[in-house]
Amino acid sequence: MAQATTLSGRKWSPPPLIKNPWVRWGLIVGGILYLIFALSTLNFDAARVSRGLERSGRLLLAFLQPDFTTRGNLIFTGMMESVTMAAISTVAGFIVAVPVGFGAARNLVPVPVYLFCRGLIALSRTFQEVIIAILFVVMFGFGPFAGVLTLTFGSVGFFSKLLAEDIEEIDAVQVEAIRSTGASWLQMVSYAVVPQVLPRMIGLTLYRFDINIREAAILGIVGAGGIGSTLNTSLRRYDYDTASAIILMIIALVMVVELSSGWIRKRVQ
Amino acid sequence: MPVLESNGMKTWQWRNQKQTLIEYAFWLLLLLVMFACAKFIAERTTWSFVLDAPRQGGEMLARGIPPRWDYMSQLWRPLWDTLTIATLGTVLSFVISVPVAFLAARNTTPHLLVRYIALFIIVGTRSVNSLIWALILVIILGPGVLAGTLAIALRSVGFMGKLIYEGIEEINEEPVEAIRSTGASGAQVLSYAIWPQVITNILGVTVYRWDINLRESTVVGLVGAGGIGLQLDASINTLRWNQVSLILLVIFVSVFISEWISAKARQALT
Repeated sequence: MAQATTLSGRKWSPPPLIKNPWVRWGLIVGGILYLIFALSTLNFDAARVSRGLERSGRLLLAFLQPDFTTRGNLIFTGMMESVTMAAISTVAGFIVAVPVGFGAARNLVPVPVYLFCRGLIALSRTFQEVIIAILFVVMFGFGPFAGVLTLTFGSVGFFSKLLAEDIEEIDAVQVEAIRSTGASWLQMVSYAVVPQVLPRMIGLTLYRFDINIREAAILGIVGAGGIGSTLNTSLRRYDYDTASAIILMIIALVMVVELSSGWIRKRVQ
Repeated sequence: MPVLESNGMKTWQWRNQKQTLIEYAFWLLLLLVMFACAKFIAERTTWSFVLDAPRQGGEMLARGIPPRWDYMSQLWRPLWDTLTIATLGTVLSFVISVPVAFLAARNTTPHLLVRYIALFIIVGTRSVNSLIWALILVIILGPGVLAGTLAIALRSVGFMGKLIYEGIEEINEEPVEAIRSTGASGAQVLSYAIWPQVITNILGVTVYRWDINLRESTVVGLVGAGGIGLQLDASINTLRWNQVSLILLVIFVSVFISEWISAKARQALT
């Protein structure tokens, strides 16, 4: 215990997360300065907010008594449209993504094909679905067709990126083994590559269906079909009872799909 | 691996008969469902518009290229607003989601009932898209950056809360035992045993979500919640395609930069 007495008086403190003090204090001071500046540009309008709070009372009241029946038909077709859009674009996206994904795997194809496919993936992943939906609505008109195209485009980016990464990381020994039997490229892919990436792809398909349901629920706000357009209309008409019913339906749908896709994924893998 | 035996020859097969049947039934069912879906969508599509799409698309491209570069002078402010929405939204979400996550994690929650309430907050906020939050908040707070910031923050709470509480549940229990055995209080255990183990994960999740939020904050303006989406909406409504193409380019570049920053920051954290 002699050491404890010599050490008494020195206080231990945990080591800082960022070792370099200049970087540490620079980040802290810079962060605070940015926050002050950003908050000052927020132009907070107190009068508008207080008027809005009164409105939020009505909104909250409407949420406590949602009206499912008055526009029940519209809600039902809207939900059906969203689910159909999500289902069809998940499958279509997967089908298109298979060649793109193989094309984006560095270990299977020549460089120009690789660059083209990677470019396509980057494009699809950078823009929010909603932005792509607006452009497709202008091109293909209002309705679920534009929505299906949007979600398919988004799904292609998602699937092919993950598929390409999976393919790049497969066990090369199995590929070697199949190739040494004198198999063709197609046989090599179907017996050595596909079995290695397939189980994860099934899980990812369900996961993407989950994402597509969420997106299909809102694409209608910009006119691309689905329940979102019904929601937008009811909010514009101050029909908050119906709007709250729609939002509750969306939440229920999203939760049901998330839970069941999670359950199936656990069973399959 | 089933083996089929016929005339004394053994042939290797991928699946046995029952598995094959189930597989065929699955594909048939999927095909039927897809057919029904396609029919449903087709009935709700105005095909004359769809057939017109190549011409429309060509016109959009022709009018959109080259972008109207001098419009950039009007884009700096909306771009700054977009960054503000994403960053302040992430900061606010951090402030809310960290305590919620600690209440939701099995090993740090004070009570089972509290845990379920926290989990409900996480699942509930995650199920509502930021665009729906924005629609509601614009009604309450009026159009502007504030509504967008709150929409982004509320949407992120569920995402961040989920990843953070999963991180907390995966910590190593030995340091916790060690600190507790010295007679430390609950707050001391939290700050000396748990916090150091989860802080890198929390910061990583935050930076990752910031990157996603920047992407999402480009669209909340479409429903009036501030940022570059407002300009995008206005330009599309007035069919100024050369402005639209510039805005899309600006979004592409800023998302690219934010992804780079986020990747670098997460690299530095690990």
